[in-house]
Amino acid sequence: MSGAGAADVLVCGVGITPFGRSEATGLDLAAQAVRTALADAGVPWPRVRAAFGGSDAAGNADTLVTRLGLTGIPFVNVRNGCATGGSALVSAVNAIRSGAADVALAVGFDKHPRGAFDPRPADWGLDEAYGAEGLMVTTQFFAMKIQRYMHDHGITARTLALVAEKAYANGARSPHAWRREPLDADAILASGMVNDPLTRYMFCSPGQGAVALVLCARSVARELPAADPVALRAAVVRSRRFGSFEVFSPWAPGGIPTSVSADAAGAAFEEAGIGPDDIDVCQLQDTESGAEVMHLAECGFCEHGEQERLIAAGATAIGGALPVNTDGGCIANGEPIGASGLRQVHEIVQQLRGRAGDHQVPGGPRTGFTHVYGAPGVSACTVLTR
Amino acid sequence: MEGALTAVSAPALRGSRCPRCEVAVYPADPACPNCGGPAAPVRLSGTGTLWTWTVQRYAPKSPPYETPEDGFRPFVVGYVELPEGLRILAVLDGVRPEGVRIGMRVTLAAGAGVPHARPAGVTV
Repeated sequence: MSGAGAADVLVCGVGITPFGRSEATGLDLAAQAVRTALADAGVPWPRVRAAFGGSDAAGNADTLVTRLGLTGIPFVNVRNGCATGGSALVSAVNAIRSGAADVALAVGFDKHPRGAFDPRPADWGLDEAYGAEGLMVTTQFFAMKIQRYMHDHGITARTLALVAEKAYANGARSPHAWRREPLDADAILASGMVNDPLTRYMFCSPGQGAVALVLCARSVARELPAADPVALRAAVVRSRRFGSFEVFSPWAPGGIPTSVSADAAGAAFEEAGIGPDDIDVCQLQDTESGAEVMHLAECGFCEHGEQERLIAAGATAIGGALPVNTDGGCIANGEPIGASGLRQVHEIVQQLRGRAGDHQVPGGPRTGFTHVYGAPGVSACTVLTR
Repeated sequence: MEGALTAVSAPALRGSRCPRCEVAVYPADPACPNCGGPAAPVRLSGTGTLWTWTVQRYAPKSPPYETPEDGFRPFVVGYVELPEGLRILAVLDGVRPEGVRIGMRVTLAAGAGVPHARPAGVTV
């Protein structure tokens, strides 16, 4: 464990760009997000002592120094798949905890072409036949994972549709969201099967966006009278253990699959010293509807199968007992790989500050949790408190 | 093609198995992914049960996908659980999407490309 303790790291500034498509490049978006975060913290760029950032497909974060100022600080590029933002954040946290920096920046951004991701078999160590015969398709994996989960735990297709319905409803209330039109469950179920049991509007789409966070040691906060800080109590990245079920696997071990999300969430809660029952608002990876259903249980917020009742009762809606993906999640914001994890943290910070506007959770939430999951079996989780 | 003949002549998938922790994998790997120790080649069972499945309803991006000459048709894909304790990704032939069920018995065979499975006892 780190000696100083996670509570000594504060998120002092956050910045986000619109997630809808525009002509801006990924680096344009990243620079915009960083400037917004610096202004939000009341920190000038030369005061930042270390920076960590990355994208999966939109360039090198360290080139941002030509736009922000050539101050000579260490700026480390991070490229860690779906955990790119989370890994940049953990690196920034560690820089502060170690004493190497008292003000650090984490930035994540991306911009992807339209349509599903199209990975190459060789990049995954697979025979070319997996591509030629049509098995290098990420959506197939998500469909097969939730198909089995529905069979084992009594989840219905209607519940999958209700998750997406909530995402679009929350997106309609979030200024930075890409999908801002409400859509009801019947329309989602009728939107055309992509990979059974998942229909078109149950999926997120590759998109664009950028998010930046300015982190400070607690000792710095008194320098920043304009800042409205939130404590980052835990930031954790984990990779899969043997026995997990992942995308692009020619085979998987038998038995009940292990879960890297459960591992990362458990480690984050241990580091924070609080548990799932203490969380007031959370953001869970929702690459598609089924992912949010499964991650509710994998991260410890309910028992497997309980989601069927909880979601129908509105427990995960804004105003429910455990609001989930209050800004519309990936389904309404799209999936710019490098940005998604930090978008979740941005949303929790604004919720705990009481500054989430039309999608604010009522009652003054004081604790929040974020969770990213992605290929090839990585998860990043954070716990934040007011 | 006669079903009985197919069942006899279908080539077994070649995997590997760790003698220490008994983990079987496909395709064959000289090292066990669980313990890192040496694994020995093994011929895998040709019959198992369907653990999960989906339907590829749209044509995957091409390349890498090679669209059939007579055009794309939706196909079933799934994981087949074998007695050796592993699940293998396979294209499922010889069954319509409405007829696919988790737990159904299927035969599994190696071919030129990825593994292909079909419902057990079905001849075409």
